[in-house]
Amino acid sequence: MQPALSIRNLSKTYASGFTALKGVDLEVQPGEIFALLGPNGAGKTTLIGIVCGLVNASGGAVSVHGDDIVTDYRKTRSIIGLVPQEVSLDAFESVWATISYSRGLFGKSKNPAHIEKILRTLSLWDKKDEKVINLSGGMKRRVMIAKALAHEPKLLFLDEPTAGVDVELRRDMWAMVRELRATGVTIILTTHYIEEAEEMADRVGVISKGEVILVEDKVALMRRFGKKRLELELVEPLAALPASFEGRGLELADDGRRLVYLYDTQAERPGITSLLADLAAENIRFRDLETRQSSLEDIFVDLVRDRT
Amino acid sequence: MNFQAVKAIYTFEMARTFRTIMQSIISPVVSTSLYFVVFGAAIGSRIETIDGVEYGAFIVPGLIMMSLLTLSISNASFGIYFPKFTGTIYEILSAPISYGEILLAFVGAAATKSIMIGLVILATAAFFVDLQIQHPFVMMLFLVLISVSFSLFGFIIGIWADGFEKLQIIPLLIVMPLAFLGGTFYSLDMLPPVWQTISLANPVVYLVSGFRWSFIGTSDVNVWVSLGMTLVFLAVCLAITAWIFRTGYRLKT
Repeated sequence: MQPALSIRNLSKTYASGFTALKGVDLEVQPGEIFALLGPNGAGKTTLIGIVCGLVNASGGAVSVHGDDIVTDYRKTRSIIGLVPQEVSLDAFESVWATISYSRGLFGKSKNPAHIEKILRTLSLWDKKDEKVINLSGGMKRRVMIAKALAHEPKLLFLDEPTAGVDVELRRDMWAMVRELRATGVTIILTTHYIEEAEEMADRVGVISKGEVILVEDKVALMRRFGKKRLELELVEPLAALPASFEGRGLELADDGRRLVYLYDTQAERPGITSLLADLAAENIRFRDLETRQSSLEDIFVDLVRDRT
Repeated sequence: MNFQAVKAIYTFEMARTFRTIMQSIISPVVSTSLYFVVFGAAIGSRIETIDGVEYGAFIVPGLIMMSLLTLSISNASFGIYFPKFTGTIYEILSAPISYGEILLAFVGAAATKSIMIGLVILATAAFFVDLQIQHPFVMMLFLVLISVSFSLFGFIIGIWADGFEKLQIIPLLIVMPLAFLGGTFYSLDMLPPVWQTISLANPVVYLVSGFRWSFIGTSDVNVWVSLGMTLVFLAVCLAITAWIFRTGYRLKT
């Protein structure tokens, strides 16, 4: 099967001399939810801009479902949907009109039933005759998504889709993305909210300073880089760690009321059993314990920091 | 060809015209009517006939031409500048539509609006003066060609402009003076010989002259020269837009 998106050695240097992309290679499979993570200025939006036709590449090639984005732009663009970072709408148009316009612009004949379905899914149906200018910020963002879906794209780009939106919209959007995926749509999202990638993505790519530094299955990534944190809530606070615990990676927290142990889940001997046995031997008792997997955010911060 | 997309942009642009009908249609009609009242009826009644035509009827082609030039430019420049200003241009650039189709839709809508207004002004003029059109087909040809050419010119200005001020500069500082000095209100014969020669460097002279010929059958410049100059202007504008699209000037980074 052809990849939904194939990027080969893609580079972009702006007229100012700034190099936004340095030979990026990336492949996204049909039906996948792919999260592209990276700090500000990493090149995420430039990459999306090139695929969608907003930015001219300086070098390399991009194909969408096997078709080149330059020579077969009509084919590729008609199946791509884009929700850009900025909300840009025609303020004086009605919601219905602006979404119908998008469908026409992408070469599709009228289909009121489809537009109604999108509006209902995005809780915009009762606003369909409202002028865009009268909508709240969250509603405008929903309209942006509706416009991108108007022509039934097979590959959807969501560039920072939930930046500055409320919890309700974020949840609705996650639900919608899952629904779209169920119908076979490939979704590529860029985000600052790592929890978003963690919640939804099948695979994660990390981009930093114009280079893709890692692409990996999300679960594998978390397993590979993931550390676990064991926290013990002590019955009696400790003023200091007993000498026998020195050099074992233990820390006291919360004024000596908590003992924190960071361990690698992949290690052959995580050292939990011996730690608990040694605590018992020292007569250090605890009333509760919890373990926590490090989040994708921790992993991401580590990765980007290691590169800089 | 992506007919749906051309239709979508064209319809959108035309809907904008009708949504702002006061500004788009009624205001040019009112201002042109004022010209007829002031120059045609009040002052014109004291001016003798020019080429055997009443002064009021003589200025009709020039007044229509002046509206055509300014409106074509403002419609088309605003039409493409506004999406750039609001950011909605992203959707057009990411759509499966060729540059030629974008041009067809925007310029087509702007030119349609200009032609409509030109005809409305013509009808308005009929209330004030005894109107004759000796060559109606030639008149329509000039009306269409000039609307299209200057809409193209407006499109170029809209792409070039990076602020509202720039949208106004060329129409106000160049086109309007050229239109006033292009024989809208007078025949070149009425000028001293030196100014007659200088006037021939003003492109609007050829447009007004050709258009006037279609009405009254006489002109300052040969009608074929007028037609040729209009076509040259059209070709220059087309060449500039082709360059804009090839380079992505002020559209793509």
